Amino acid sequence: MLSSSRIISRLPRVALHQTVRASGSNPSHINTPDNLPTTYFDFTEENYLRVTRILSKYPSNYKQSGIIPLLDLAQRQAGGWLPLAAMDKVAKIVNVAPMRVYEVATFYTMFNREKVGKYFMQLCGTTPCMICGSEDIKQTIEKHLGIKDGETTSDGLFTLREVECLGACANAPMIQMNDDYYECLTPKTTIELLEACKNGQPPAMGKWGSLPMNGQVSCEGPKGKTSLITVPGHPPLRTDWEKFEKVDPKSVKVHMGYGGYDETEVVEEKS
Amino acid sequence: MLSVRGLARAASRGVQQRSLSSAAEVNVGTGVYQHFSDQDRIFTNLYGEQDWRLPDAMKRGDWHKTKEIMWMGPDAIVQEIKDSGLRGRGGAGFPSGLKWSFMPKNSDGRPSFLVVNADESEPGTCKDREIMRKDPHKLVEGCLIAGYAMRARAAYVYIRGEYFNEATVLDEAIHEAYAAGFLGKNACGSGYDFDMFLHRGAGAYICGEETALIESLEGRQGKPRLKPPFPAGVGVFGCPSTVTNVETIAVAPTILRRGSEWFNGFGNPNNRGTKLFGISGHVNNPMVVEESMSIPLQELIEKHCGGMRNGWDSLQACIPGGSSVPVLNKDQCDVALMEFDDLRAKGSGLGTAAVTMFDDSVDMISGIRRLAHFYKHESCGQCTPCREGTGWLETILKRMEKGQADKREIPMLEEISRQIEGHTICALGDAAAWPVQGLTRHFKGDIEKRIDDVANGEYDPNAAFQSAWSGAAFDNKEWVEEHGDGMAYAGGR
Repeated sequence: MLSSSRIISRLPRVALHQTVRASGSNPSHINTPDNLPTTYFDFTEENYLRVTRILSKYPSNYKQSGIIPLLDLAQRQAGGWLPLAAMDKVAKIVNVAPMRVYEVATFYTMFNREKVGKYFMQLCGTTPCMICGSEDIKQTIEKHLGIKDGETTSDGLFTLREVECLGACANAPMIQMNDDYYECLTPKTTIELLEACKNGQPPAMGKWGSLPMNGQVSCEGPKGKTSLITVPGHPPLRTDWEKFEKVDPKSVKVHMGYGGYDETEVVEEKS
Repeated sequence: MLSVRGLARAASRGVQQRSLSSAAEVNVGTGVYQHFSDQDRIFTNLYGEQDWRLPDAMKRGDWHKTKEIMWMGPDAIVQEIKDSGLRGRGGAGFPSGLKWSFMPKNSDGRPSFLVVNADESEPGTCKDREIMRKDPHKLVEGCLIAGYAMRARAAYVYIRGEYFNEATVLDEAIHEAYAAGFLGKNACGSGYDFDMFLHRGAGAYICGEETALIESLEGRQGKPRLKPPFPAGVGVFGCPSTVTNVETIAVAPTILRRGSEWFNGFGNPNNRGTKLFGISGHVNNPMVVEESMSIPLQELIEKHCGGMRNGWDSLQACIPGGSSVPVLNKDQCDVALMEFDDLRAKGSGLGTAAVTMFDDSVDMISGIRRLAHFYKHESCGQCTPCREGTGWLETILKRMEKGQADKREIPMLEEISRQIEGHTICALGDAAAWPVQGLTRHFKGDIEKRIDDVANGEYDPNAAFQSAWSGAAFDNKEWVEEHGDGMAYAGGR
């Protein structure tokens, strides 16, 4: 098994270029001392509660829907990466063949099948960020930390990876560090950010769960908002409610046969 | 009849005099955009001056008369949405009311589902994120109303995995709605039962395609399905489903509360309503802003974004609707209206209204090369033309960027893009082809010049290097101090 995966990894990269997704690594599993098929992995007791909550969202015959959220949970528990044993565990929980889980774990870019640094930096490099200087930021990080795209610093603190659009284009250039978005970067603020992380105190997120590092709050622009100068309260209501015939929502429920639909139990639990 | 160009000129003339016109001149329903005011904006917490939680959301008018709206009945709601002229805000611009009406009116034993596409990853697009983190109750209420109009049993919101903090807010908002009795059994006291679930993705652009999203929601690789069967027949969990964009759903309650005529009063015919624009690139004030449809591109940039950083004349190109639409050149930008039809007539599209502005310092070949890389990276690998073709596009563009290509390769590049376009299961192939076609259409001269320059030793690869630009210098201290809760970053100023 070990030798066959090595053979795959020796194939020319061109042949594999489509299967190598942004996890930045080989699509096949390579045994390492801390990532063997026999390595032990189990969710913590607290996380088992989360597992139950996650699976309660999906119909009981579609447990497989929980694979992505469960892999995410496992990755968080394992410290930012996903050992093979965790994938096997998820497969057991949702009752599918392990291959079904491997397929998913290799397809999606957010699953790291190799260890990453404590501060996992994903630099957005797609065109809107690129024209706003993502290359400038990338060079700053590479020079400051002495690593290249895809590498981890020797102290295990930082990993840098250039990824595709992270959806914060009006606040370009930006990086995502673990779960948090640091936006509107300049080389100067990038170094401030890196130094703060080295000291174990990454800047806290702003009011809206992101931190534009030029002083903005969120998406209002560095020069401030140009609309909603007077913040409106209740919008005016229509006056022609009477023109609609009244339809009892219960009758719709009956049409659709939702009266006896068994997911109502889930509702009661949740509310 | 005025030509489109004439219409734009007439429109911009009107804009310059806007401050002189009085409210009495406003003529609702004529398809102009100048009368759009703060009172007409739907997302009134776009800049986050209020809280996202339920009490403040209710102050903004959310969850008001939701029960009355539900008593209008699914058919009347769908008709109102049809009358409002709302077109899908996720890119394709399909009429929303029509889409909702495809859902079965009687169950064959299977429940129906509403699936909300919050997998916002089209390069340039950052509007749904603002809805989810600042006005999540608009989305939650929209899910109930749209779900009810489709006779759905529950809604699944598929949010991209990278939006972790946004997902936290939205999840909490859903919880608040349950606690207040707005969701769940007997939602809003209407007698209808409706559930809403949040599902986080894990980073794949292709999951924004509706059938890929459904596959992903079912716990598989996000590989688009062949249609038919369409999701309205066989969707998520094998049940009838409709996949819609966050913004489409979030505007629905306000449309129903204020009436379809109000919404229909903005923008040109067939392009009605208000729209969130996310503007990025070389403008002084990159931002997300809600505006009327059919606003001229130049006015949008000058009015909200403080213009291009080196003036409008420095504009080189613009991608008006996210990376999947072809670029416009300067001449087209001068007269472009931000609406579906006008942009389509110019060979581009409104897409998600994610406007990216390029000034003349950008090497357009490298800009499009980077997009080609994006599509190569995000291709799911099912269809050969896309899987192989996107790689070829990138390889050729990489050489063209360095001038190491033959001029005969320009038509070859175009030909490859034509071979990808329309030969794949989903639209990612088309999306990969169009930016390249935009490049060969408008910037062929640049590619040829690059080849010549390199041959003559006149090309400087560092000339187009872009230093960090996140807009003009920060100049909004007072407002940030008032509304930033002391959490804005102070070190960078």
